[in-house]
Amino acid sequence: MYAFLYNQPVIHYCLPVSMTAAADFHTIIATLRPRLLGFARLQLRSAAAAEDVVQEALLAAMEGAERFKGEAAFSTWVFAILKNKIIDEMRCARRTKDDIDAEDALDDALSALFDQRDHWVDMPPAWGDPEASLEQKRFWEVMDTCLTQLPKSPARVFTMREFLGLETEEICKELAISSSNCWVLLHRARLALRECLNVRWFGETAS
Amino acid sequence: MISCKHATELISQGLDRRLSLAERLRLRLHLFICIGCRNTLRQFRFLRKALLQHPWRR
Repeated sequence: MYAFLYNQPVIHYCLPVSMTAAADFHTIIATLRPRLLGFARLQLRSAAAAEDVVQEALLAAMEGAERFKGEAAFSTWVFAILKNKIIDEMRCARRTKDDIDAEDALDDALSALFDQRDHWVDMPPAWGDPEASLEQKRFWEVMDTCLTQLPKSPARVFTMREFLGLETEEICKELAISSSNCWVLLHRARLALRECLNVRWFGETAS
Repeated sequence: MISCKHATELISQGLDRRLSLAERLRLRLHLFICIGCRNTLRQFRFLRKALLQHPWRR
């Protein structure tokens, strides 16, 4: 949509008059943009869609930029705008054949965790001190890989719940799905993430 | 006695809504005897806590 703006510093198009120094503002945008893109890409799974929402959020944010004195307030505001753009984008997203295949594959993989009586085939082991992992850069790479591997439907609901902080009723309303469907998708997302982190991270570090 | 699969459903839903008294009792009884589901409970809670500290939030 804003393809003509790609690869160009946003500042060239819209200089906020009352942010004291345009150079400062340029720096703020330059540091903020990669974070916004990372956030959007993780949730939308499409670099192009992420570019679009970030561009839209920055353009919307700059219209009111003069109201913000500090960098922290401005960045909070941009993230709030971006969140809403992401929700709009998620609401419109359609599932492709590949998405549906990925969901079926996940269902099979999760069913295989339980036996005929629905008890664990392999008991989930303890993770020791998982909080210690939060400080490790490599842990977050694994986490992002695991999040990216989730099929679209569970990923979308999980993201809205855990990243965007929506209540399940709000998610159901936004996506026009039932609450039981919502809970099923959240359950699958959590089981899949638990399993992925267990295999790719805690399995290696557990003593 | 509820199954492990059903226990994990209740654990997950417990993060999103208030479970009924009957659900809480059934889950508690199951957790009392099942270490795999106790680990799952801790790990589902950890997932929420971890994502609140995701690097992009810092």
